[in-house]
Amino acid sequence: MKTPTRWTRKDLLGLEDLSRDELNLLLDQAKAFQEISLRPIKKVPALRGKTVVLSFLEPSTRTRASFELAAKRLSADLLQIQPASSSLVKGETILDTARNIEAMKVDVLVLRHRDSGVPAMVARAIASSVVNAGDGSHEHPTQGLVDLFTIREEKGRIEGLKVVIVGDILHSRVARSDLWGLTKLGAQVTLCGPPTLVPSTFESLGAKISYTLDAEISQADVVIALRLQMERQKERYIPSLREFTRHYGIDRQRLQRGKPDLIVMHPGPVNRGVELSPEVADGPQSVILKQVTNGIAVRMAALYLVSAGRASHGAGSAAPIVPSEVAG
Amino acid sequence: MKLLIKGGHLVDPSQGIDEPTDLLMEGGRVIALGKNLKTNGAHVIEAKGKVVAPGFIDLHVHLRTPGQEHKENLTTGSQAAIQGGFTTVCSMANTDPVVDTGTVVEFLKAANAKVGLVNLLPFAAVTVGLQGETLTEMGELKERGAAGFSDDGAPIMNAGVMRRALEYTKITQLPVVAHCEDTHLSANGVAHEGQAAARLGLAGIPSESETVMIARDLLLAEATGGRLHVAHVSTERGVELIRAAKARGVLVTAEATPHHLTLTDEAMGTYDARFKMNPPLRAERDVKALREGLRDGTIDAVATDHAPHSRAEKEAELSQAPFGVVGLETALGVLMTELVHQKHLKLSTLIAAMTLRPALVLGIDRGKLTVGSPADVTVFDPLREWTVDPSAFRSKGAHSPFAGWRLRSKVTDVVVSGRVVYRDEQFMNGEKR
Repeated sequence: MKTPTRWTRKDLLGLEDLSRDELNLLLDQAKAFQEISLRPIKKVPALRGKTVVLSFLEPSTRTRASFELAAKRLSADLLQIQPASSSLVKGETILDTARNIEAMKVDVLVLRHRDSGVPAMVARAIASSVVNAGDGSHEHPTQGLVDLFTIREEKGRIEGLKVVIVGDILHSRVARSDLWGLTKLGAQVTLCGPPTLVPSTFESLGAKISYTLDAEISQADVVIALRLQMERQKERYIPSLREFTRHYGIDRQRLQRGKPDLIVMHPGPVNRGVELSPEVADGPQSVILKQVTNGIAVRMAALYLVSAGRASHGAGSAAPIVPSEVAG
Repeated sequence: MKLLIKGGHLVDPSQGIDEPTDLLMEGGRVIALGKNLKTNGAHVIEAKGKVVAPGFIDLHVHLRTPGQEHKENLTTGSQAAIQGGFTTVCSMANTDPVVDTGTVVEFLKAANAKVGLVNLLPFAAVTVGLQGETLTEMGELKERGAAGFSDDGAPIMNAGVMRRALEYTKITQLPVVAHCEDTHLSANGVAHEGQAAARLGLAGIPSESETVMIARDLLLAEATGGRLHVAHVSTERGVELIRAAKARGVLVTAEATPHHLTLTDEAMGTYDARFKMNPPLRAERDVKALREGLRDGTIDAVATDHAPHSRAEKEAELSQAPFGVVGLETALGVLMTELVHQKHLKLSTLIAAMTLRPALVLGIDRGKLTVGSPADVTVFDPLREWTVDPSAFRSKGAHSPFAGWRLRSKVTDVVVSGRVVYRDEQFMNGEKR
């Protein structure tokens, strides 16, 4: 019999390094936590006495809110450090700040940063667990897990599915996390968008590259549209939003080329009328709000596992817990 | 007093010497070479088992003086050079103020004389304030001590300005040292645009940001008959372009750094700014091409592009941390260990790339140990093993991409103009510093 996988990592920095078993462990743990948010009393004591710091050094509303609710539903003590109130503008390096947070005996540091690699850098420097809440264009592992979880919930499986990720792949941390997670779990991933935003180097990462959404959408089981940052036009990656939307925006007409059970996802926030037309974003094939709901369970799983993984670091084990065990 | 280096294996590419030979010096000059030279009251350095070479020449060093002495000063920079076996270094002009007037050149020469360790050959800027617009007074700058011209770190984007600068080299007979980078292509990049950057989510610096400019500058050098030296070549195509230009007779020389000769962009996986430099670490095929270029002479010289920064500056996030790594104290060890001991390069070829050939780039009478030459000598133990520990560096910069590496070859003794400045891995006491 196969030994059940245990979580032994101090940090969650990305999906690239995780094994298939570790991904499934996270998803199973999220499944176990999913039901808590449906209770009238939405709280379990799994992280009681633990301190979680949310440090979002880049604007974020929904990911921060999702982590905050996740930490609170696990009964953790929560501290928020916002850019304006942090000392990062006072000449301290990010490592100084992290060492100070560590010195306050924090258990988990949830870190978002506009620079790729900062969570990895910080995780190496401090003993606290670090959860990457999005770093530059690198990874957004919890969003990647949300997408995996949502696909598994909606489709019942991931293996063998055809998933098209469309938009600004080059700058997207969600695209990278999705790519690693989906390919490890057996999906076929196509990265689609204009060549300026889907460089051919991505082919070497195990994805199919396409510049024609119409050709891909008819085959797809899942399409994940990415947010297009408005500054890409100014940076001349695209001629205009209109040109981008014409080829890569999903409206009702384009959606009709796809299978009837094609689902549409988006990490949010949606530029309505750019990546998705409003009727598609709000339509029956959209699972965008389910992604948001699932985000809390997934982030509860992430916080819980890294916290336990660190507590038992070296001895190495955090077995998944089932709802009955965490029932308050 | 006479100085005799005895029993060593002398390598002097200028004379084709690569065998046990004694070296006798007096009055700051070489006065004799030969087997079993008589001691006759000379001060003797026993060099049995060691390699005796002309003092190394580094065409590309940032000494950060004047104005950025928190990163490096002439004392720490000179000591780092000597520890690495470099007796002559060319300092880059991107200081504060910029080296764009004779006054700053003379300041550097005078300040270096006070430190009294290395021969300092300052490069002056090609354009006033490194702005890429108005040429500096290159003729006067040469008269006042400039050894070459470079806007290193601030690529000259205006081809018209570059063309005129190359025209002027026909007066100065000094090279324009070009940092070849099209800044529109490199933009906000921090790492080589390749698989690693795609994976790591790092903004890319494509190979073409270098090759497009190498191609431009080669064509301009060809058209003008000017003297071009291409700094820190990092790409396979760049090597090919230079090789072809040399075959056509273009007056071009080129250098490569120890890090570009030994490391690839895979090192960026740590997100550690001690691997962040410009040009960036490239792909495996580029490393191979640079090594081939060094073997066949397309790459004339090894230069460190020693670029110290303070620890706080390099501890910043990758996008905020400045470009540049330190290299003076590890160059020989890295190149001996990775290239010579691994049989990728002959010892004499490496020594030529660190002595005679950079001297030819500059047109100076150093980098050789013929009778009558300045007595700049570096003695190293080719088998001595050591571990790179940046906290033991003389340089103020500790950001070495080779930290923790186990190297084989270490400089033991250094003679500058006949004066022993470094002996048995120690700086000489009582010498003016």
